[in-house]
Amino acid sequence: MSSIRRFMNQLHPLFAKGGRLEKFYALYEMVDTFLYTPADVTYTAPHVRDAIDLKRVMTYVVIATLPVLLIGLYNTGYQANIAMAQLGLDSTPGWRGPLLDAIGYNASNPLACLLHGLVYFLPVYITTLAVGGFWEVVFAAVRNHEINEGFLVTSMLFALILPPDIPLWQVALGISFGVVVAKEIFGGTGKNFVNPALAGRAFLFFAYPGAISGDSVWVAVDGFSQATPLALGSVPGIDSAVGNIVAHGYSWWDCFMGIQPGNIGAESTLGCLLGAAFMLYTGVASWRIMAGVTLGLIGTVLIFNFSGGEAPMYGMPWYWHLVLGGFAFGTVFMATDPVSAAHTNAGRWVFGILIGFMTALIRVVNPAYPEGIMLAILFSNLFAPLIDYVVIRLNIRRRMMRNAKV
Amino acid sequence: MEHYLNIVISSVFIENLALAFFLGMCTFLAISKQIGTAFGLGVAVVAVQVITVPANNLLFQYFLKDGALAWMGFPNVDLSFLGLISYIGVIAAIVQILEMVLDRYVPALYNALGIFLPLITVNCAILGGTLFMVERDYTLGESVAYGFGSGLGWALAITLLAGIREKLKYSDVPDGLQGLGITFVIAGLMSLGFLGFSGIQL
Repeated sequence: MSSIRRFMNQLHPLFAKGGRLEKFYALYEMVDTFLYTPADVTYTAPHVRDAIDLKRVMTYVVIATLPVLLIGLYNTGYQANIAMAQLGLDSTPGWRGPLLDAIGYNASNPLACLLHGLVYFLPVYITTLAVGGFWEVVFAAVRNHEINEGFLVTSMLFALILPPDIPLWQVALGISFGVVVAKEIFGGTGKNFVNPALAGRAFLFFAYPGAISGDSVWVAVDGFSQATPLALGSVPGIDSAVGNIVAHGYSWWDCFMGIQPGNIGAESTLGCLLGAAFMLYTGVASWRIMAGVTLGLIGTVLIFNFSGGEAPMYGMPWYWHLVLGGFAFGTVFMATDPVSAAHTNAGRWVFGILIGFMTALIRVVNPAYPEGIMLAILFSNLFAPLIDYVVIRLNIRRRMMRNAKV
Repeated sequence: MEHYLNIVISSVFIENLALAFFLGMCTFLAISKQIGTAFGLGVAVVAVQVITVPANNLLFQYFLKDGALAWMGFPNVDLSFLGLISYIGVIAAIVQILEMVLDRYVPALYNALGIFLPLITVNCAILGGTLFMVERDYTLGESVAYGFGSGLGWALAITLLAGIREKLKYSDVPDGLQGLGITFVIAGLMSLGFLGFSGIQL
């Protein structure tokens, strides 16, 4: 028996019923099950016995975000370093300056970029963990349920879809909304119907549009304004969306790799593909949803291309849509959330296609929002239960007819 | 044709009566426990809207509007102050007729809707649809499109809500929030999802 196990066992009486820290049993349980496999298993009927449990699923999703995270950190720092060179700054103001001065602000030095990104990501991530974790513990302690690893996924995804220089109090507010209103009041993990991370992001988006949209928030340097490529594509009065993006120095490959201004970690299609490969190989995410979203987007964009509207976004080809903005991240990590997506296989196709369709619709037709995948997924989350209901009804009817013939 | 289609689409998604204006909340929250019943009520609302909005449109254009009585020889009469009471009278009469039709031909739906069918009369979504029609000065054709679209949007919203509530039967809502409380929260989150349409110009 390892020393950690012995230590945990020594602590156990303190937290068990009647112990002095009984109220905080949830915390003890969290640490214990995080380190070790829980001892309790179900014995009675309809359970499938398998090694893949909630803990493993959730941990796998966190692992799958690592490529996106690394590329995102590099990109955040890279964009910031370029902006600083353009503005002629030689040090970041505030507490970050002394930390970064040692390694410098050279945009061609990958390590400098990575570190520069890290000092912007870490405060956001720590705030998310601390505030979100606080709510989880409060609910778990009051309502006597467990804290599970689903929260690690929510906090990681939430931190990745925020712009780099967002004020930390807004991070706290957003994750509070996501965790409390979109998840905990329904009873915790597995019982909600919208994606908590996206609900928190959407809440911030509508409550504080100035801090989370527009041109000046995407690069982590004060007073530097740089539109995202998607926003460049929908500027009124330009000839072609792609032309304007390329004219500002973003090639298709840049966008595919994720070297574009935007959210901290949601811009790299390459990173998302690596994450997707991992999640599909381990069976954590549904390939039907990913395929549905992609096909839905391509189909809708083709229709827009042929319809030939006046706005420049109508002409943007589908392979640009796939690499711009948060499309890849939303498709791989957000749409496949097993709780808020449709649960039937046929339903997953419909659900995915609806997301793709809505994403293209919001991007192309709605001038108010350049990016659409976040709202498209939230919108489709509302439809997921109804889609499942219809699929199940149809299935029942088909089987009744099949059996009636015999 | 495209104009009418735009009215339908915008009244279903962008200006959804339930989720953008929060009209018709009482029935929206009360009859959304089961998908089947909610869908039936939604269909009833669509039917009522398609009939009442154009009917009130005729009333408005030919009797109540300032100068509408010119065809009777009274060009200076403005009866628009009678608007509210006339519209609600028309709605009440049409709902009564619909109730009798349902009782005769679809007794299952009639029984499922119960008290809430007469309550459609005082459903703010129905009167709201008529008042929006008056405010925007729709023609008869536009009011048919708007009646259909606004009813359809409301029906879609209540069916979605019922789907979500059926799914949430297995959730573990705190005692104080059970029932109506959590339904309000759900309606708010749904409205957040529909905000993606706000800003689209048709």
